[in-house]
Amino acid sequence: MKNNKAKNITIACISVIIVLGILFLAQRLLMPKYVDDIVEGGMVSEYYDEKSKDFNVIFIGDCEVYENFSPVTLWENYGINSYIRGSAEQYIFQSYYLLEDTIRYNKPDVVVFNIQSLQFDESRSEAYNRMTIDGMKWSKYKLGCIKASNTGDEHLIEYVFPILRYHSRWNELTSTDVEYMFKHKKVTHNGYYMRVDALPAENIPPAKPLGDYSFGDKAWEYLDKIRTCCEENNIQLLFIKAPSLYPYWYPEWDEQVKAYADKYSIKYINFLDVADEIGIDYNTDTYDGGLHMNLSGAVKCADYIGPILQNEFNVPDRRSDAALSASWDQKIQDYNDEIEYQKKLYNIQ
Amino acid sequence: MLFTSYGFIGLLIILFILYYTVPKKLQMPLLLITSLTYYAMADVRFLIFIGVSVVTVWFGAIKIEDNNKAIKEYVKLHKNEMSVDEKKAYKKAGARKSVIFFTLTLLLNLGILATVKLAGLKFTGILIPLGISFYTFQSVGYLIDVYRESIDAQRSLPRYALFITFFPQLIQGPINRYDDLAPSLLSEHNFDFSVFSRGMERILWGYFKKLVIADRLLMGVSTLISDPSTYKGGYVLMTLILYTLELYADFTGGIDITIGIAEALGINMKENFIRPYFSTSLADYWRRWHISMCSWFRDYVFYPMSTSSLSLRLSKWARKHISDSAGGKLPVYLSSFVVWFCTGIWHGTTINFIVWGMLNFLVLTISEELSPAYKKFHERFAFADGPIYKAFMIIRTFILVCVLNLFDCFVDVRDTVGLLISIFKKGSFSLMEKGALLNIGLSAADYIVAGVALIIVFIVSSSEEKDNISVRDKLRKNPYPVRFIVWTLLLTATLIFGIYGIGYDSSQFIYNRF
Amino acid sequence: MNELMEILKSLHPDVDFENEQHLIDDKILDSMDIVRLVTELTDKFDIKIKAKDIIPDNFNSAAAISALIDRINEE
Repeated sequence: MKNNKAKNITIACISVIIVLGILFLAQRLLMPKYVDDIVEGGMVSEYYDEKSKDFNVIFIGDCEVYENFSPVTLWENYGINSYIRGSAEQYIFQSYYLLEDTIRYNKPDVVVFNIQSLQFDESRSEAYNRMTIDGMKWSKYKLGCIKASNTGDEHLIEYVFPILRYHSRWNELTSTDVEYMFKHKKVTHNGYYMRVDALPAENIPPAKPLGDYSFGDKAWEYLDKIRTCCEENNIQLLFIKAPSLYPYWYPEWDEQVKAYADKYSIKYINFLDVADEIGIDYNTDTYDGGLHMNLSGAVKCADYIGPILQNEFNVPDRRSDAALSASWDQKIQDYNDEIEYQKKLYNIQ
Repeated sequence: MLFTSYGFIGLLIILFILYYTVPKKLQMPLLLITSLTYYAMADVRFLIFIGVSVVTVWFGAIKIEDNNKAIKEYVKLHKNEMSVDEKKAYKKAGARKSVIFFTLTLLLNLGILATVKLAGLKFTGILIPLGISFYTFQSVGYLIDVYRESIDAQRSLPRYALFITFFPQLIQGPINRYDDLAPSLLSEHNFDFSVFSRGMERILWGYFKKLVIADRLLMGVSTLISDPSTYKGGYVLMTLILYTLELYADFTGGIDITIGIAEALGINMKENFIRPYFSTSLADYWRRWHISMCSWFRDYVFYPMSTSSLSLRLSKWARKHISDSAGGKLPVYLSSFVVWFCTGIWHGTTINFIVWGMLNFLVLTISEELSPAYKKFHERFAFADGPIYKAFMIIRTFILVCVLNLFDCFVDVRDTVGLLISIFKKGSFSLMEKGALLNIGLSAADYIVAGVALIIVFIVSSSEEKDNISVRDKLRKNPYPVRFIVWTLLLTATLIFGIYGIGYDSSQFIYNRF
Repeated sequence: MNELMEILKSLHPDVDFENEQHLIDDKILDSMDIVRLVTELTDKFDIKIKAKDIIPDNFNSAAAISALIDRINEE
């Protein structure tokens, strides 16, 4: 009798394990891989693959950080070891939770936050939430991020078991989904998304006047959280606004950021104001007509922010660190390979 | 809370775990609390409605039973002192009290149902308690059974409340009878893997039908019925078939989940469907579709009416003044008319449902009148008993049911009739040129998945129809690994091909690079 | 019993009522037949068959129907 019971329990356990195993495989297969088309969805998880995470500078924010600064330039020219934790349309609450998530691994000297997401008080699309949150490792911060990001019809359980969310992808599966079931394709260079092609900024649509320029309460609340988090961890905070011509950055918004930065003695650089000084040429330095920088623009921005980080924020030059240098050599190699690859792809001399 | 919500599945998991771990004495309270919680989650105010129903019927039934018992006791006690006539007179006088209790309770409950339904028709946004038709009918059935002394009244209020509020039956029935459900509902249950797994298997099968077939077809059906001026002609054929299949998968799937939940808890619930689309006639269909409702009307309306003394007098009169056969048929048809009128209203208080009920009545009456001719036809032609003719009858009935179902879809009967006529108009199919079927919200992949799933359901049903043994019983004879593979396949297929959650729409992901 | 058989035969001449044990379960008698049967029985035997007595167990065979009639007569 006892023997029988033990046998039944064993069978039950094996059954459950097999079912869970099959569902896990199905889930891996059905989840989007962000390899072929929308690589932005793969960025958040890429951070965890970094062997050593002792970065001195962490950028957080949306496409205005991950396309506009080249960490390779920061390393090559200033010896700054930096990483960009960016993701597509990263909302300010997501930036906060990503910051907390990053600090779990390592405390940087400086956090650079792109303030353009202050304009959004709530998530606008579940798809963007997914691209930021799915890649996060489980922690109370991921839970908080899910809660803060909910567009209304999202369920925690769909984040815990993404198969519930992605099951209907069964008729969109490609060989890529099989190939990348268990591996990840590196899509960034320390979080930087590279483009070498150029599309001159012309026909920027005129800015529409807004009824209300004040940022929402939730946005302010999370800006405070980012600030206090940095204060508590002895991290210096730097606000930036990337030099993107569009979407339009209103002067009324800029005023509010300036006032906040002044109040808490935080440095704020609006790259739009210093674009000429940096030498940004909107004919050659953007790949999508003024929305985002291409490689050339990203190098210029890095060269502008590098000395500031070094001189005003005392970020160390670590090029004498042999182990770190070695790992960067590999990164630079990959970086240069991709430049070559993209040049061929876009037919650029 | 819908069966297909995450919350409901969460509730089930918690219930199953608690149910088999708490002391058995607490199983019933647990079920009652779960049921009330489930009901309150829809809207706390609903508890007042169902509470009134539960308390009044429970109390009324006890009063009726007490009175009936008291009369019997008295007669028994004074057996020798009373003459037969005296006894009869005493019984009759005493029964009056029962009649009063019965009538008051009945009118109160039916009155609430009618008021709520009619008010809902007149004013929008009025509070219509979840499943009020179902629980009122179930309560009334119980009350009548006690009144008729077919069953003993339940003296414990919580026990009676559980019989009425038992949560899986609340939304869509079935309308359970006390003597069927109560014995297993109100007893304690040990965990038995074979019982539990049988229930889970049934639940899974229900979800498969509901999520993979019904909710998928619904995407097409809702487009088709949204605009009768566009989707006419050839489209109506699509509507007829898709709606009937959707209704089948949704309703039988939902009942599978209901009965499966009960089964997993060790509770036996009566079947509500016996493979309805294998019916060879409309009468046959109504013995196989939504059985609990049909038998309710049969036992509590049709028989009492058609065998009432008034009917008998009418029958005698007709026999004398019209013909012998008319005498036999008149009470039947008259009661049948009332039943179908009520059935129509039961489905919905708008005219289209009454028309639907009347059409059912008409078809049933005509086929009853024609039955001697059918009989002769069958005697005359041997092929009429063969499989081909049987298939013909099944298809004929299916088409008839499809047409009748269309009256559910449109409130305006003229729409329904106009659409049916439009099928036969010239050029009705030229409307549908070039991939029209892919423009109603269903992709080619959806048709394939729904098609394959329907074929699976068809194979299961036809095997059951042929052998009259449930496929699940057959499956049980197989070794555990076989059963396990079937369950895993069913679960995986439901999870992947089911329509639920925020569908991953890749177009949403066309990133604007902002 | 003979009278009962006559009534049954008039409803369905082709059914073997002497031996059939599942008149209701096998759907030999439908609800229309039941009502006609009850009407006839009420007439011929001068009894009152209540709606509560109309359950499959009471109508599944000629013997069951006969037993029902006897029981009602006793009451």
